[in-house]
Amino acid sequence: MVRTEQPIDEDEPMSEQLINPLSQEEIDAIEDEARHLPERRSAAIEALRIVQEKRGWVSDESLAAVARQLDMSADALDAIATFYNLIFREPVGRHVVMVCDSVSCYILGCDRLKRALEARLGVSTGGTTADGRFTLLPIVCLGACDRAPVLMIDEQLYGNVDPDALDEVLDEVLDQHD
Amino acid sequence: MTDVREDRPLTSRIDAAGGFVDIDAYERAGGYQALRRAVTERSPGQVQETVKQANLRGRGGAGFPTGVKWSFVPMAASAAGESNGDGVKYVICNADEMEPGTFKDRYLLENDPHLLIEGLLLAAYAIQASQAYVFLRGEYHLAARRLLDAMRQARERNYAGADVLGSGYSVEIGLHRSGGRYICGEETALLNALEGRRAQPRARPPFPPASGAWGRPSVVNNVETLCNVPGIIRNGADWYLHLGRGEDAGTKMFGVSGRVRSPGLWELPMGTPIREILEDHAGGMQDGYRFRGLLPGGASTDFLVEEHLDLPMDYAAIAKAGSRLGTGTMIVMDDSVCPVDLSRNLQHFFAQESCGFCTPCREGLPWLERLLADIEAGRGEAGDLELLEQNARFIGVPGNTFCVHATGAIEPLASALKYFREDFEAHIRERRCPYGGGH
Repeated sequence: MVRTEQPIDEDEPMSEQLINPLSQEEIDAIEDEARHLPERRSAAIEALRIVQEKRGWVSDESLAAVARQLDMSADALDAIATFYNLIFREPVGRHVVMVCDSVSCYILGCDRLKRALEARLGVSTGGTTADGRFTLLPIVCLGACDRAPVLMIDEQLYGNVDPDALDEVLDEVLDQHD
Repeated sequence: MTDVREDRPLTSRIDAAGGFVDIDAYERAGGYQALRRAVTERSPGQVQETVKQANLRGRGGAGFPTGVKWSFVPMAASAAGESNGDGVKYVICNADEMEPGTFKDRYLLENDPHLLIEGLLLAAYAIQASQAYVFLRGEYHLAARRLLDAMRQARERNYAGADVLGSGYSVEIGLHRSGGRYICGEETALLNALEGRRAQPRARPPFPPASGAWGRPSVVNNVETLCNVPGIIRNGADWYLHLGRGEDAGTKMFGVSGRVRSPGLWELPMGTPIREILEDHAGGMQDGYRFRGLLPGGASTDFLVEEHLDLPMDYAAIAKAGSRLGTGTMIVMDDSVCPVDLSRNLQHFFAQESCGFCTPCREGLPWLERLLADIEAGRGEAGDLELLEQNARFIGVPGNTFCVHATGAIEPLASALKYFREDFEAHIRERRCPYGGGH
């Protein structure tokens, strides 16, 4: 799968797409959120999530388009986008691996787990593998401390992760999606 | 109510179902009867009064009496939303579980979402809210799917929506999935996040029951708090008061993580002694590891040590020992863990999650993290511990920072300096970490 910043819709005139690189589906989903809220701008976080869901991250072009959609300035929206941990303002891999580094996982060896993942994926924490498959990120407590150490890949939580058996976890992800 | 153990109102349905409780199982076990009774037979004031009588206290960490919080909401039609006299009010469930070491709300949300929805709707009825939201941790994907299903089913069966169960009371329910920041758990920061803004805490007063979401009267309650409400309305305040073993009412989700034999989560009476939770339920320490201390209710609570193990897990008893009951999910530190590096890990979390609005928190917490990292790496110097204490005192005093984020950050640090001082001194004296340092 190739991820482009601006999905090209051949049925639509190019000028329209340059003005608003959001797909009709994205616009509908954003409007569906905004409709239920007292202020349009209150849909900002949901709107960023909607855009990120398909594209993986929020580019400057997407950000500007979402801001226009919600009648707010791009700067005001960027102040929100950059505040939250789960909104990505840089490209990420097809799968995001989040390793919990909070206290219970720290006690149960998350530092060793993080090092093992860095070695296995060949990237430092914060980096994306050369093949664009994985981005490795730290995350705060995932609320599964009785199963520490814990990590999350995309929407799937993994507990009691053995740093010496990472392939079991990573292969499962690759089998399912790639 | 065949399969409901009334002494375990939060988890008995989950145990009976062996996991996820669907709407039919929830109804068979008496679910939504409390809501039916409330909206058809009781006034909002009576619901508030029952919860007040039951002495339900907030399970998110602060322990504020829930019924009292509700009673701050203006109820007279003319008073509703004074500056915006449209009568709109909000009730919001704080499901932004992010306190390190805390994993209780996830369990309730994933396994018995209708219990939360019924509690939320009862709270909404009690303050006559027209809109209820669940503010959910963005990483809780399974909980999000189950909550959306449960909300749809609740609308279909007319527990929510227009004219609930023919009572004339109407309320809409919705889900907000957080973009992810610890500070969103602070209730005024949560309101800003819900409004789609940066989650910076607001000045108080006005307090949310007077002016909250979008300037309207609002109540914010934790997941576990709301899950207690259906049982209280169904069985009454007296029943609830007698569930506790000590001073506090009801049951509590207690959890243990760390190097114990059986880490986990149990619904037990309020006032259950720490030792009983650690030994009878968590199975004691793993072989080869010795108990050093514990954080009783998440990362932002003060350490307790051996001498405190016979204390009951009650708000007052834990406060008297210098800590807080917090979320009631304990983190056990064993003797293989370096208290200095653990303190560094905790300050890393608090520094990273500071919203950055006020200077002592934004600048002070990273500074503490760096100093702890230096001491851990053997670069500590004479006077560093006094410097840590001095700054902990400055940052940790309520009122020196805009909200309680930094205050919470200092609780485990100040208490670590008190109980594990030898370890800090050894790092500086030996210019290395006696635990083998740097993980």
